[in-house]
Amino acid sequence: MSTSTVPGKPRTAGAPSAPSVPSTRVTRSRRPQRQAVGALLGPFTLLLFAVFLVPVLYAVKLSFFSESHTGLGFGNAHTAFVGLRNYTSVLSDPSFVRGVGVTLLYALVFIPLVLAGALALALLFDSGLVHARRLSQTALFVPHAVPGIIATVIWLYLYTPGISPVLGLLNNADISVNFLGLRMLIPSLVNIALWSGLGYTAVIFFAALRAIPRELIEAAQVDGAGPVRTALTIKVPMIRGTLSTVAIFTTIAALQLFTEPMLLSRASPLVGPRYTPNMYIFDAAFTRNNYGLASAASVLLLLVCCVLSYVVTRGTAGTARRVPDPRKARS
Amino acid sequence: MSATATSGSATRPYGRIVANVLVGISVLYALLPLLWLLLASTVDARALFASDFFDLSHFALVDNFRDLLAHDGGAYLTWYGNSLLYAVGGAAVGALVSTAAGYVFDKFEFTGKGALFALILISVMVPATVLALPLYLLASDLGLANTVWSVLIPVLFNPFGVYLARMFSASYVPDEVLEAARVDGANELRSFLFVGLRMLAPGYVTIFLFQLTAIWNNFFLPLVMLNDASLYPLSLGLYSWNSTAPINPDYYPLMVIGSLLALLPLVVAFLLLQRYWRSGLTAGSVK
Repeated sequence: MSTSTVPGKPRTAGAPSAPSVPSTRVTRSRRPQRQAVGALLGPFTLLLFAVFLVPVLYAVKLSFFSESHTGLGFGNAHTAFVGLRNYTSVLSDPSFVRGVGVTLLYALVFIPLVLAGALALALLFDSGLVHARRLSQTALFVPHAVPGIIATVIWLYLYTPGISPVLGLLNNADISVNFLGLRMLIPSLVNIALWSGLGYTAVIFFAALRAIPRELIEAAQVDGAGPVRTALTIKVPMIRGTLSTVAIFTTIAALQLFTEPMLLSRASPLVGPRYTPNMYIFDAAFTRNNYGLASAASVLLLLVCCVLSYVVTRGTAGTARRVPDPRKARS
Repeated sequence: MSATATSGSATRPYGRIVANVLVGISVLYALLPLLWLLLASTVDARALFASDFFDLSHFALVDNFRDLLAHDGGAYLTWYGNSLLYAVGGAAVGALVSTAAGYVFDKFEFTGKGALFALILISVMVPATVLALPLYLLASDLGLANTVWSVLIPVLFNPFGVYLARMFSASYVPDEVLEAARVDGANELRSFLFVGLRMLAPGYVTIFLFQLTAIWNNFFLPLVMLNDASLYPLSLGLYSWNSTAPINPDYYPLMVIGSLLALLPLVVAFLLLQRYWRSGLTAGSVK
C-alpha cells in the first residue's frame, strides 16, 4: 500500500507542483480549483488533525511526563518532565513483558494458521474442484460480519461448562477439556480470531488468484504439472504481494489483542487485567490513572507497528518489481 | 476456468472429493456456532443449559424477546438505537467525507499532496488504542467526554476509505466527463456533487458498508469515552451484561438473544450488498 506514496514524494520534495500538472488542468484558472480542493478536502483534513495527528503528538508528549503527588491527598498533584523514565518503567514491568510474551505466542500460532488455512481454501476454490463455490465463499465470509464482541460471546459460551453443547458431547464421550484452562487458553483465543478471519482472508486471496493470467496456468498444465504443483510453483509465488500485505495487517491486528481477552477475563481467572499490552495500556490509563505510563506503552506499540509495516512494505516493494502487476495482466 | 475444472476432475477423481470435504468442513466451522446461537435463543433457560433445542415444549423465542426488551427498563432497545445512530450516522457522514477527499486526491493537484497522502496511509496502520487515551483527555478538556459527540466524531475519520475512494475515483470517473462539465460552466464543487458523486455511488456504498461494520463493532472507544449507560452502543451494553452473567446465570439467555439480534443487521447488510463488499476487498488487497 505505502508503495503508492513513493511517486508522490519527489513532487513535494522538488519544485512546486506546476510542471507535473496535466495540460487540461493548467488551462483553467487556479482560484476556483483551490476553493474546491479546500471545500472537499477540508472536512477530512480537519478530522485528520483533530482525531489523529493531535492525539498522537499528545500521547508522545504525555509519555515524557509524570504526575506526582507531594504529600497526601489529591490536591497537590503536579506534572513533571521525567525524560524516558516512563519507558524504562514499562519495559522493566514484569506484567508488561509477560503481556508481550502472551501476544507474541498468540501471534505465532494465529498468523501462520490463518494465512495457511485461507491460502489452502483459496487454492481449492481456484482449482475448480469445489461445488457451489460462490455459496461456500459467502458462508465462509459470514463470521467476518459478526461483531468481534459477539463472536467472543458465542465462543465463550461454547467454552463454558453447563451451557456449551460441545462440552456436553465431549463429556458424554468421557473427554474432559478445560477450554479456559492454562493449556487451552491461547488456542481458545486463536480459535475465536481464526473463526472471524479465515473466510475473509480466503476471499481476499481468491480475488488475487483470479487475477493471475490463465495462460500461465494452462501452460503449466500442458507441461504436465498437476494441480498441487501448479498451485505451489505458479499460483502462490504470483500472489506474494497480496500475501505479505495481508500478513502485515493480520500482524498489526494480532498485536492489538484486546476485546477477546477482555471478555474472557470475566470467565477465567487466568486472564488478568494486564494480560496483553493493550489491556496493560487500558489498565494503566483508566484503572491506575497513570497517563504517562499508559502513553509510553502506547507509543512503544505504535513504534512496533510502524517498524513492522515499514519492513514489510520494503519487502513487498522488492518483490513487486519481479512479479508483473496482476491488474494489467488480467484480460 | 471451466477448462481447469474438467481437466482437474478427469486427472484426479478423488481430488474433487477431498477438496469438497475440506471446504465443507470449513463451511460447517463457520456456520455451526451461529446455528447454535440461533437455536439457543429460541428455547427457555432450562433447555438452554441442557442444550435441548428440539423439544417444542421448551420453545420460548417470544418470551425471550419480551424479557430482553423489558430488562433494565428497556436498556437493550436504547443501546440498539444508539448503535444505529452511531453506525448509520457516522458511516453516512464519514463515507461522504472520505469519498470527497479521495476524489480530490485523484482529480486535483495541489501543494503537499504526496505528503498528505503518505500521512493518511500511515494513519491506517496506527492502532486505535494508541489514540484512545489522548482522545479521551482532549474530549474531557473540551467537556465532550461521556457525550454522543465523543463517540460520533472520532469514528468519522476513515483513512482507509480515502485510499479506497481514490482508487474508485480513478476507475469510475473519467476526466473527460468532468472536462465536459467544466466546459458547460459548472464549477468544481457542482461537478463533484452532480457528476462525480453520482458516478462514485457504488464506491460510496462500499466505503459506507466497511465503515458501518467498523463502527458497529467499535468497542474500545465507547468503553473509554462513555460512563452513562443510556449512551452505550450495543457492544458496550452487551459487555456490561456479560460481566454479570458468570455471577447471575439469568443473564445467559438475555446475552444469547441479545447477541443474535445485534449481529443480524450486519449479516443482512452483508448478504444483500455482497458485490460492494467484494469490490472493496478486491480494490483494497490486489495491488
